[in-house]
Amino acid sequence: MTSFLTTAPRRLMVSALALALAAGASHAETLRWARVADALTLDPHSQNEGPTSTLLHHMYETLVRRDTDGSLKPRLATEWSIHADDPTIWVLKLREGVTFHDGSAFTAEDVVFSMDRVRHESSGFRALHSAVTGATAVDDSTVHIQMAGPSPLYVQNLTNFFIMDSGWAAANAVEVPQNFAAGEENFAVRNANGTGPYRLVSRDPEVRTVLAHFDGHWDADPQVTEIIYTPIAEAATRVAALLSGEVDVVQDVPVQDIARLEQTAGITVATGPENRNIFFSYDQTSPKLISANVEDNPFSHPEIREAMSLALDRDAIQQVVMRGQSQPSAAPLPPFVNGWRADLNAYGAPDYDRANTLVRGIYPDGFSVDLHCPNDRYLNDEAICQAFVGMLGRIGISANLISQTRSQHFPLIERWETDFYLLGWGVPTFDSAYVFNFLVHGREEGFGSYNGARYDNPEVNAMIESLATMTDLEARDATIAQIWDKVMEDRVFLNVHNQLLAYAVRDGINLPVHPENQPSMADVTFTR
Amino acid sequence: MLAYIIRRIVQSVLVMLAVALVSFALFRYVGDPITAMVGQETSLEDRAALRENLGLNDPFVVQFARFVGNAAQGEFGISYRLQQPVMELILSRLPATLELALISGLAAFVFGVGAGVYTALRRRGALSTAIMTLSLIGVSLPTFLIGVLLIWIFAVELQWLPSFGRGDTVVLPWGWETGFLTQSGRASLILPAITLGLYQMTLIMRLVRAEMLEVLRTDYIKFARARGLSNRAVHFGHALKNTLVPVITITGLQLGSIIAFAIITETVFQWPGVGALFINSVRVVDVPVMSAYLVLIALIFVVINLIVDLLYYAVDPRLRVERGGVRH
Repeated sequence: MTSFLTTAPRRLMVSALALALAAGASHAETLRWARVADALTLDPHSQNEGPTSTLLHHMYETLVRRDTDGSLKPRLATEWSIHADDPTIWVLKLREGVTFHDGSAFTAEDVVFSMDRVRHESSGFRALHSAVTGATAVDDSTVHIQMAGPSPLYVQNLTNFFIMDSGWAAANAVEVPQNFAAGEENFAVRNANGTGPYRLVSRDPEVRTVLAHFDGHWDADPQVTEIIYTPIAEAATRVAALLSGEVDVVQDVPVQDIARLEQTAGITVATGPENRNIFFSYDQTSPKLISANVEDNPFSHPEIREAMSLALDRDAIQQVVMRGQSQPSAAPLPPFVNGWRADLNAYGAPDYDRANTLVRGIYPDGFSVDLHCPNDRYLNDEAICQAFVGMLGRIGISANLISQTRSQHFPLIERWETDFYLLGWGVPTFDSAYVFNFLVHGREEGFGSYNGARYDNPEVNAMIESLATMTDLEARDATIAQIWDKVMEDRVFLNVHNQLLAYAVRDGINLPVHPENQPSMADVTFTR
Repeated sequence: MLAYIIRRIVQSVLVMLAVALVSFALFRYVGDPITAMVGQETSLEDRAALRENLGLNDPFVVQFARFVGNAAQGEFGISYRLQQPVMELILSRLPATLELALISGLAAFVFGVGAGVYTALRRRGALSTAIMTLSLIGVSLPTFLIGVLLIWIFAVELQWLPSFGRGDTVVLPWGWETGFLTQSGRASLILPAITLGLYQMTLIMRLVRAEMLEVLRTDYIKFARARGLSNRAVHFGHALKNTLVPVITITGLQLGSIIAFAIITETVFQWPGVGALFINSVRVVDVPVMSAYLVLIALIFVVINLIVDLLYYAVDPRLRVERGGVRH
């Protein structure tokens, strides 16, 4: 924070001057941006993590970008298509006249190099490109990406694939991403050379990162010419910094502060749906549960699963726990994802009498089971679980809540050591197949890593596998619909809601909410 | 003397080994670092490979021996979270914590002694009663709440002081990054220093007050008064001097706690010190940073204790005589 005592008047002077000179003329404008955590690294292929990618999008660029409405927009690639003669090849036409921050030209070679780098074993993004066998530069502005088989939706995986300069990487010995076991710091962790609209001016990790507009950028000049990025971990302090005028944009607004900030003069709150659904799931296939006090597996009975869904009062959770900041729905799928249907997401009112009858029909005395919940991962995650424990208590299910930190919670799902748990899932590819691959397909090589339901239906597995190579998109969508019908019928998930995102800004700043929570400050406009 | 120092140093090394052992044993219950290191797409096979690669599957004893072996060579590895050498990370954050601890410790001492003396001398004054009541707040309110309260009053409502961060810093030779030399750096220091030092200040104040009241009742104070000395000479020359010995000991030991327990203050004010680094590392189970931090804190405590012990040895002649006696 460059002493706000002096910055504020200067900002006022600048805007007054600009008004006096001419409306519409571009002028220097600094944006001070705060959020909960810093980027972990500036290496564009190392950590597949939200805040890291969000900051990197300002310095590095991807071939395609996800727009705020969820659609794909050209970025370093101007066109993309499947090869006319070979469905296993993606053809990418690259933008011409693009330069990196150090002045070297952007060519097809850089894309080929970056594709090799992102697939290296120390890359955090490797799994998104597992279907790629290689990339070749056909000419300076055309790249062919060879896939193992037809991959009609692979381009959706490119929204966080950053392009690095091959010459710069070689000169600084950063041809591969950081390897933790190597014991040496990689030059790319604290230095950046991309083609993005902003170049790195200074970086003090977890304190402050300063970016300035890159004059040689190919796109129209953004209104924001300087970005000062400061992580503020504590929610109360983050909000205080906005109220005191020390920052202009707060990206992670605590749910409990949204209503108050909306009432505060000089502050605007923008909300929008996030690409993340919060749901419960349970082991419905094991013969006996780990923590239940009955001899069989209660979740294997369709009646019990139905009773639990009848007991879940989504509207109450939305109003009381989330203070209105959520979109309740029945299927774990955000509305902009391919495969979403209104009928999948319709949910009925809770019916405790009927639920009680269903449970007592099988277990006259009810039953008890442990419910595992994270307490630092999703918005009000622990409170959602507490609310549901109360609801289950009304139908004879006594759930013992065990809430713990994320690094203890997620391994339970990974190791199949939980019977009943809360999980949140985002769909970065904007296609239902992503949900099916990780959560619905039986656990085997490359599939079902978060399938804690142990759901394993050979018919469904085969349909999911067929999605990867189907090139007829209409038939593919029909298969997706079929899989969803089966998943909803078997109640693999007990979905609560889709999270909402909230950005708080000072009046006069317009920042659209990005469904992936990756806003670009180059999109910010000012109104005065 | 030399034998005494050597014995103490050997004991210190044992203490640090014990701290490292206990913290390592605790890490097993903090969670799985892999969860935070890889994206949700990463397959179970890749996760297992990374775990193997980092040596997390090795038996506890092997992991501990490897850590001690590397630490003995000054090698603490690479942070899982920030991908930078751990020692470099900690050293770059240490100045922020030490400056904060120094200022709040100093302020706590100066104001604590001042207020303690005042309340002891004017026991029934209105101001004394007010100070004693306020000091109750300092002892009973949690640090977190005090920090948020101060931010609310001085940053949001009055807008006098910054609510977060360290302001502009200047890098001195030997790489020490100081906030003392800029106006924003000094302004940023005020609220965190009050938050961190308030508890210590009330502690010192109450200690000084109690000691003063005790000393003022002793015979030699009565004799001093009988000799016709001025109030000033009696209070400061005789009484205060004799109360300060335990106060200095406590303050020295508290300095260690201030450094170690700056975690909450640093989190509330986004102060870029080692405490905030530690808490962020715990969240994602960044084992290399956590273990190095705990060993460092143990080192600070051990060094302070060693200095205090040596000071006793120098100050108290009886200690020397006794030890001399043992040798014969």
